[in-house]
Amino acid sequence: MTAEAVAIETVRRRRSAFRFAAAPLTWIGAALIALIIVAALLAPWIAPYDPLEQSIADRLMPPSAEHLLGTDSFGRDVLSRLIHAARISLAVGVLSIALAMVAGCAIGITAGWIGGWFDSLVMGALDVLMSFPSLLLGLMVVAMLGPSLEHLVLAIAITELAPFARVARAPTLALKERDFIEAGRALGLSELRIIVVHVVPNLLGDVVVVASLWLATAIRTEASLSFIGLGVKPPTPTWGGMLREGFETILDAPWLSVAPSLAILATVLALNMIGDGLRDAVDPRLRRD
Amino acid sequence: MSDEILIVDGVSKSFPAGGGWLRQRRVVQAVDNVSFSVVRGNSFGLVGESGCGKSTLARCLLRLIRPDRGRVMFEGTDIVQLGRRALRRARRRLQIVFQDPYASLSPRRTVFQTLAEPLVVHGIARGAALRPRVQAALAEVGLPAEVAERYPHEFSGGQRQRIGIARALMLEPALIVADEPVSALDVSVQAQILRLLEGLRNRRGLSFVFVSHDLAVVRHFCDQVAVMYLGRIVELGPTRKVLEQPLHPYTRMLRLASPVPDPAARFKLPRIEGEIPSALAPPSGCPFHPRCPDAMPVCAAVRPRTVEPEAGRRVECHLYG
Amino acid sequence: MTEPVLAIRNLAVEFRSRDGWLPAVRGIDLDLAPNETLALVGESGSGKSLTALAIMGLVPGPAGRIAAGSSIRFEGEELVGASEKALDAVRGNRIAMIFQEPMTALNPTMTVGAQIAEAIRVHRGLGRDAAWRESERLLDLVKVPSRRRRMHDYPHQFSGGMRQRVMIAIALACRPRVLLADEPTTALDVTIQAQVLGLLEDLKREHGLAVLFITHNLGVVALIADRVAVMYAGEIVESGRVEAIFAAPKHPYTLGLLGSTLRIDRDIEALQPIPGSVPAPGALGRGCAFAPRCPRAVSRCETEPPPLEAVAPGRLVRCWMPA
Repeated sequence: MTAEAVAIETVRRRRSAFRFAAAPLTWIGAALIALIIVAALLAPWIAPYDPLEQSIADRLMPPSAEHLLGTDSFGRDVLSRLIHAARISLAVGVLSIALAMVAGCAIGITAGWIGGWFDSLVMGALDVLMSFPSLLLGLMVVAMLGPSLEHLVLAIAITELAPFARVARAPTLALKERDFIEAGRALGLSELRIIVVHVVPNLLGDVVVVASLWLATAIRTEASLSFIGLGVKPPTPTWGGMLREGFETILDAPWLSVAPSLAILATVLALNMIGDGLRDAVDPRLRRD
Repeated sequence: MSDEILIVDGVSKSFPAGGGWLRQRRVVQAVDNVSFSVVRGNSFGLVGESGCGKSTLARCLLRLIRPDRGRVMFEGTDIVQLGRRALRRARRRLQIVFQDPYASLSPRRTVFQTLAEPLVVHGIARGAALRPRVQAALAEVGLPAEVAERYPHEFSGGQRQRIGIARALMLEPALIVADEPVSALDVSVQAQILRLLEGLRNRRGLSFVFVSHDLAVVRHFCDQVAVMYLGRIVELGPTRKVLEQPLHPYTRMLRLASPVPDPAARFKLPRIEGEIPSALAPPSGCPFHPRCPDAMPVCAAVRPRTVEPEAGRRVECHLYG
Repeated sequence: MTEPVLAIRNLAVEFRSRDGWLPAVRGIDLDLAPNETLALVGESGSGKSLTALAIMGLVPGPAGRIAAGSSIRFEGEELVGASEKALDAVRGNRIAMIFQEPMTALNPTMTVGAQIAEAIRVHRGLGRDAAWRESERLLDLVKVPSRRRRMHDYPHQFSGGMRQRVMIAIALACRPRVLLADEPTTALDVTIQAQVLGLLEDLKREHGLAVLFITHNLGVVALIADRVAVMYAGEIVESGRVEAIFAAPKHPYTLGLLGSTLRIDRDIEALQPIPGSVPAPGALGRGCAFAPRCPRAVSRCETEPPPLEAVAPGRLVRCWMPA
């Protein structure tokens, strides 16, 4: 056997995390998101005021030392509302994306795996879904079910099903032709096990990238729906809701709309930076050495 | 009577090709009424050029592709008719090794995970009992135990092929279908892997169905050989006899076109006419007649019958009746 | 021997890695005469394909480069460091190249006739009609049947062997003196391989081509080569006339390759594979690159790299312990 002993070269595994870390924009995005998450989690402790406490005497105050971002038309502290709103916005975004990811991947993988007319049918239906502007689609769902936090999550998840289904289907089509899938069958693995153990891990990278990019869209959609009054019911603060309230007095008190806009902008931008970084990190063309 | 581990009887497989909603659907007859048998402990070679159906046939043997017609009797049971559970059981004794060592291993699974999985799935071993079995398999294919924690991309092509062979061995099969197992490898690595397969055959008494386009490899490894052309076996017999006194003109052509590493045996490069016809539109009569140097008028009209010019040899050609 | 049309001296190609520039081709000398086929033999990672790319000036930058001190002379004219314009006049023109997979080198959206005609117009400045007639002549030359019809076909309508013929026709469009053939028949079936090799042999003889034929297949080498150079880990380890090399290989690597090659015409009692695998460019020791896998290695081989020395007229071997 000695003659057959093989010299194993130590090929260092190029860690994708290494390249992820190398991009400065990605780090800025990550830091920003970390800051927003921490602020949201610690909202009751770091917010200077109760976000729901009204004070007619202090209404529509411009930014000052007392109220860093001013007050709204009910005299509530804008900074406190902004910090509390981050909780709702992030929660709605993350929950809806998680839902869209699980359901979308299940649809995409099933369609790709079964193939044939079933695949054409499912992907055609998703194309129809995708042809609706996401705001309009969300609006229809919420209008049908009635505005509530759960329905908002569901509505946003439905608008973002299609991209996940697409991104999961394409690699499934390629993977099912690969020899290691056939090898799995020859070894007597069940179809379910082949999908869960051998297909899903190979497309997870792409899916996570899409998730981070679409999380930004989810937060935007939440804000848009809240802006037109179909989101979370007042007085619970959300960024979109604050934007709408601020819009009514935009000429008298512009800070009311500027503050939530900037919060949305910062979150969306940061998520996109992370998404780009992740995409580069999992791109197989960049990974090959 | 010899002990036949695998009897393939009249297996056919066709695929729809092209066509659409309005155009007429066409059919490729990838495997056409193929019969042969493999004696336990022997290696059976399937040779032919691209598109001859040898890889499809190999997959039919494991029912990775279900044949349209025919029987695949493996250790006395017909693989084609088995139910899901019985098929899973049968596949423990029937394994496959692939050509492309880069595509045949799951890229996100360590060697240990890849090799342990069949044991877990079939309830053969679990937990702490897995490690020694994986290490034994690695040792058997000539890899050190440390490689178990690595991922496929850290290995060379030859090393990956060893891992693929180890995976096929995990369930202690009786027969391995090897689909061009050395074609993607460098010459020196090819020899290493062939040596390994020879060792396995001798130690474990394994039987092989060995698919290859390389007659030299088949000559070295196989006891019997079947030459395929456009889905049919055109000649079958003991390897050395078939290669040294080929009966079918196609076998002769293959033999002549295969280069020999010896300038003294340098032949005048054969003026071989014609291309391999498309399986979509196979020629009439004998499918080889448009390229055949010995073609007669009858060849274009009538498909030749299988004849046995001597015991243990079969040929499908009008030259022999 | 006739004056070489291509003379390569001390050619080195390097690639950038995290540990600096790594040598992939390490100082090789080659001469190629008209009407001669030189087979460059080696396994993957030996540097044989890079050598051809270097001759064509196609070493992929900026990660790769031809090292200082390298020389590639075509008809006496130095190509290393020559201007892009001077190179253009030679590459694809006087030196043509064909590849293993012709499909990637052909434009899928252009008919085959148009692609050959384009090559002719670019390189030879012929008019549209003359170029078209010349393309038809070339397809005849490479024996593509029913060429009038096939001129209007697209590459995907051709089989692998026919595509390789088209590539050869394009390579011949500019009447090259040197043809670099990088594994041109490896992807083909044996009967088709025999056809294409026969065609190359005819073309070499009729046009006095100098052919550098890169392959890993010793059977093909024995069939078509006049001379052979065996490469290992970026170096030539043995070279000489094809008959001499196959009759009495001197370098243990050449011996090992022959011992690993199966024959269709003869039974081999026991395969003698070379143990181990080709070293990575960064993992070379001080001594002979083959020493770790060599059955004849002595202590000197581990410490001192052997020079490429003449052991007979026209026969070079890089080994301290030649057979």
